[in-house]
Formats: sequence, C-alpha cells, structure tokens
Amino acid sequence: MNSVHPTMIGRDRQPRRPRPSVLMLLFLIPVVAVACASANPIIMGSKKFTESYVLGEIARRTLIDAGIPAEHRQGMGGTIILWQALRGGQVDAYPEYTGTIAQEILKIDHELSLDEIRNALGKFGVGMTEPLGFNNTYALVMRRGEAQRLGVRTISALRKYPELRVGLTHEFLDRQDGWRPLRERYALPQQNVVGIDHALGYSALANGSIDVKDAYSTDAKIGQNDLVALEDDLQFFPKYEAVFLFRSAMRADAIAALRRLEGTLDEKRMIRLNAEAERTKNYTRAANLYFQGSIGSKNAVGESFPHKLARWTLRHLQLAGFSLLLSVVFGIPLGIVASRGGALGHGILGFAGVMQTIPSLALLALLVPLPFFGISARTAIAALFLYGLLPIVRNTASGLQDIPRSLRESAVALGLSPVVRLCEIYLPMASRSILSGIKTSAVINIGTATLAALIGAGGLGEPILSGLNLNDHVTILQGAIPAAVLALLVQWLFDLLDRVLIPKGLRI
Amino acid sequence: MSALVKLVDVSKRYADAPALHPTNLSIERGKITVLIGPSGCGKSTLLRLIIGLIEPDSGSIKFDGESITPDNIDVLRRRIGYVIQEGGLFPHLTSRANVLLMARRVGKSQEEMQRRLLELCKLTRFSDQLLPRYPVELSGGQRQRVSLMRALMLSPELLLLDEPLGALDPLVRASLQKDLKEIFARLRQTVLFVTHDLAEAIYFGDEIVLMNEGRVVQKGSVTDLREKPADPFVSEFINAQRGVGLT
Repeated sequence: MNSVHPTMIGRDRQPRRPRPSVLMLLFLIPVVAVACASANPIIMGSKKFTESYVLGEIARRTLIDAGIPAEHRQGMGGTIILWQALRGGQVDAYPEYTGTIAQEILKIDHELSLDEIRNALGKFGVGMTEPLGFNNTYALVMRRGEAQRLGVRTISALRKYPELRVGLTHEFLDRQDGWRPLRERYALPQQNVVGIDHALGYSALANGSIDVKDAYSTDAKIGQNDLVALEDDLQFFPKYEAVFLFRSAMRADAIAALRRLEGTLDEKRMIRLNAEAERTKNYTRAANLYFQGSIGSKNAVGESFPHKLARWTLRHLQLAGFSLLLSVVFGIPLGIVASRGGALGHGILGFAGVMQTIPSLALLALLVPLPFFGISARTAIAALFLYGLLPIVRNTASGLQDIPRSLRESAVALGLSPVVRLCEIYLPMASRSILSGIKTSAVINIGTATLAALIGAGGLGEPILSGLNLNDHVTILQGAIPAAVLALLVQWLFDLLDRVLIPKGLRI
Repeated sequence: MSALVKLVDVSKRYADAPALHPTNLSIERGKITVLIGPSGCGKSTLLRLIIGLIEPDSGSIKFDGESITPDNIDVLRRRIGYVIQEGGLFPHLTSRANVLLMARRVGKSQEEMQRRLLELCKLTRFSDQLLPRYPVELSGGQRQRVSLMRALMLSPELLLLDEPLGALDPLVRASLQKDLKEIFARLRQTVLFVTHDLAEAIYFGDEIVLMNEGRVVQKGSVTDLREKPADPFVSEFINAQRGVGLT
C-alpha cells in the first residue's frame, strides 16, 4: 500500500490518487483492539435456550467464586455446535443432558447408564459430572383449554386429532430421538408440521397458529402460558439428566468447582430459576437465586445497559471492520484482474457472485465444521469477508472497464508504464465506482454481522438472538436499533469519504 | 533530407477484414505530412501503428533508424507527441497536471517544468490562469490546446495528430487551424496529421497522402493530386470535396 507523501497534496494538487492508507487505519483500530484481549479464562458455553443460559451462568459464577477466571459464551447454538466447540477447545465446559449425549453425540439408540456414557466420552477427552439433580426431558405441550376440550392428556390421544397443527424446533425435527421416531412409536397422523424457533413457537401456540409444540419439562413457559405437558404414556423420551461436560484437560480446580454443583438442583428449583430468568430477562440475576444469601457480591451484579451496548457495538465494528478490510485488500486486486475479462476474469466474478448467493446463515454453517474455523469470531469474519467480496470486485472491474478506450490509449501513447497507468490514471478514474462498492459491502456487513451471534461471535446480534429466544421485543430492539443506526452512520461516513477520496475533477 | 519514420511492407488485419494492405511510407523530417481519405481507409490505423497502440502483422516500422519493438516502444513514445479528436485529457487531473504528467515521470526539475509550461502556454495561446482547471471546466478549443501542450511538453521529434480539430465548431476550428500552422512553422515540427477534410489537408500539408481501402493511392503535393491523379479515385475524392464548397 502506498503511503501519502505530504508534498503531493500541495498547491498543484498533482497526482490526487485515492489514499488507501486512510481507509486502512480506520479499519485497523478494531483489529488491534481484538488482539489485546485478555489471558486464558475458563470458557463456559451454553445452548440457545433459557435453562442452558442459566446453568452456564451458575457455572461461571461458581468458578469465579472459586477464584478461577471464567467467561460465559451465551447461546452459541445447538448440540452439535457446542460439542464441536468443546472438542475443538473453543469452550472448556457446557451444560448438557444425558439423553442428548447418548442420542446425538454418541449416536446410540438405547438408553445408557451414566458409567457407560462417561466411558464413551472419555475416548473423546471429555469428562462428565454427576447429574445436577433434575431431569429435563422433552414433552409435547398444548394449550390447557384446548387439551381439556378435546380430552387429550397423553401423547397417544393425539392419534384421534390428525387436524392438529404441530410446530417443532428445528433441533427436535432432526433429532434421533425427535419427531420422526416419536411419530412412528405413537403412529401419529398429523401432517401439518412446521419448524419454528423455540421461543417464537410459544407465541404461535398462544395465538393459535399451532396447537402442539415440543418443550422441555422444566420450561417455565409451560406454567406461565397455561399449557399442559402431555403424558409420555409409551415412555418414548429417554431420561435427560442435566450434567456438565468438560474437557478432561481443563484445570483440576475448575473440574472440582463444577463437581460441587452435582445434585444441588432439583426440578422445582430449576423451574423457578428459569421463570426468574424469563421474567427479568437477566440470566445473571436468575443464576444468583441459586447462590441464596450471596446476592450482591461483585460478580453477581448484572452488566449495565450502556456497558453492554458499548461491548456489543465494539464487537460488531470489529467483525464488520476487519472483514471489510479483508474484502478491500482482496477485492480490489481481484477486481483489477477481473476487469481484463477472459476465463480468469469471468471465474473471479463468478466465484464472488456465488459466494453472495449462498444465504449468509448457510455460509456460517458451512464454515463451522472446517478445522481452522469452528465456533469463533474467525468464522464470522471469514463469512462476512466472502460475503462482502462481490460488490467490491464487481465495482472495481466495472469502474475500470467503463474508462473510455480513447483515454486508455492516451495513457499508453504518453509512454506511462503499466503500473503508473493503473495507479495514477485508471484507479483514480474508477474511484467513484470502487468506493461505492466498498460502501455497499460495508453496509451489508454491518447488517449481516448480526448473524455472528449465532456462532457465539458476539456483536449486536447477541441481544437480538436472546430477545428472540425469550420472545422479548425490547431486548431484540436493543440490538436491532443500534445495528440500523450503525448502518446509517457507515453510509454517512462513506459519503464523507467520497469527498476526500474521489478526485475533484470527477466531482464537478 | 532523411526520413524520420519509415514503414516497410507494413500490414494489419482486424478480425478478418484487412485494415491496411502492405504499405511503404516515409515521413520526412521537418515536414507536415497529411493523411487523408474517407472513413475506414486505414489512416488512423497507420497512426496507431506508429505510436505502438497496435502491432503490425507484417513488415517493419523504423523511427529514426531504429525498429519499433515492444521493448523500446515506451522510450520511443517520449519522443512522439499524440493528440486525438477528443483530446484524451484525464478528467481527474488539472490541465497543469495533465501537461506535466510525463515530465514528472522522467524526472524533470520543478523550474524546468515551470519554464516549459509557460513557454507552451504562450505558444498555444492558452492562459496560464486556466492551468488549475479540470478538463470539464474548459471549452472544447481550450481542451485541444491543453492536449497539444501535453503532446509538446517533452519537445517530441514527431507529432501525431488524429483529427485534432474534428469535434470543434467552425469558428474555433478556424482560429485553432491558424494557431497550429504558426506553431508548426515556428518549431519546424515534423508532423503527421490525419484528417478527412481536403481543405484542412491543403492548408497544412507539405505532402498529402491520399488513402483508400487500406492502401496509399497517391502521395504528393495538392497540385500533383489535382493535375496528375494516379487513379480515378483521386479525382473523384477531390471533386467530391470541391462540391461541398472548397475554394
């Protein structure tokens, strides 16, 4: 990258080329901030539903009270994502359920004893605590009034009502012990089955757009929404005892601290903690109920909103900024090559085009299993980078191609070398188009970066996601509004940059 | 009298249509040679071959005794000035920056460039007050003057002009014709001038080269063309232009 020689901006305004270094600096600030992250705390993970958040928070608090630095990555995703993160070392421990371990992780379709499970996990370098004290199995729930009207108390009774609409979480739809075998065991006739987010499913159930949904038996929503859990009269669902899984390599005092939680949470208590979490939208506070008598300790105090907002926003800017920087660094040279046409040029434009047609969520999901990526900010940045490539490559290529042939030939006829022609004539002439490509890319990135929260990379997607899980609009807006404002600010910033970076002769 | 540029059996095809049949031509030093002919006769192709924008399919082009090759073309281009109909000025650079573009690259000193710039302003009758302006802020005639200054900046041995006045309105065109003729005379400049206008060719040309369908039909003074036409096409071309109001 060229640096700007101060004398070049002198009186005669001679080669007024765009100054990439200004842009570079702008984007480097957040990158440096990432690099200065803290040492090596124990990383707790959790799945994206209330109980998992609360358990993760209890574990974090327990570790910290034992003098062990710990962080909690909330709501990173489903079972497979957490399991891979645990094996890949991106998290050190997370709450899990014995039934899920047997069915989803070990892929064994009969019930296993705790020792069998523990032995099997040992081969992966993963340890398991004893049960925490409650069984959170799956259940099918209905509106109490509807169930009473139809006289449905058991899952078997659903056979008589094929017209009932079923809304299930995507995980339950796909699980080995999920909908498909359940339907077979009970010979359920319902055809109208849709996949729906867990929290949104409760709204759908309440407003009558679905009649039956899956739930966890300790889910506080069951009582709150006046729902009934149907009896599993054929004993289909295995036991789901809550435990913590941890990496066997985790420090011994951290393992010991987690083990102190064994057998300390019964079902009633867990339901109460879940209810508290949903009522206050504050997992830290709900977790505190577990530590009765010690409320008010320093670690227990929830983060203030401005502080959280600053953290989300900074992280958001880091994700969007760093990925944009990569898109610019790779996109402009690729655009230059693409502008020359030929098989290579078409190939580049085609690749960038395909990248953008992949839904961003799918792109994230595709990157997660790859060795270098996993559950991390790296994955989010890589996905955003690929996503932001097309506008920059395409605008660089078209900006260069739009330069009239007579002007290209004039540059050649003057005897300017190819490098000078590119840097001093062609790129400045294409600067408007290139900058507008970067602007498009930046705005897309700010929006798409909200999805990064799905893989635990943080940012303003974090409140949107937990708001979605809790069906809490205020929390959703806490992320959505700042993200929209950020996109507008970025747009405005680039409009300003246009004035600095586009040569004056092209703006008159 | 020696030739500055010598074309020997030079030919060029575009796709499957011949643009220039094997052609021999010499451009004499200190003279103004005008290439004239109808559109598509190959006159611009000939010019573009000399400045190396395209390469010949056969034959050789010598500049000052040296064969033009891809290796030496960039150095030779500094000894050739080139002006096109649209001016070819870069819109993101001021007039001044356009003129000085190449001089900066070859490492001329500030004083030297400034002196030459003012000299050229005087020569081309371009107000130095207008130098900080961008091309869009200039009239068509002013733009061609800047373009000419840029071509003359490094005192080239050869000046190539491809219909430089073609896009100007008649009044501006007349005044620029007059100025150009004075400039060429004062500099004793070797010029290769492409036009399709016979009056302009007669006004400038020491030597007129009439082209048709990719071939040189006749080369000589206007009197030669008029009185000793080499081909019926020559008379036809001259009479057609006379009909449009040639004196």
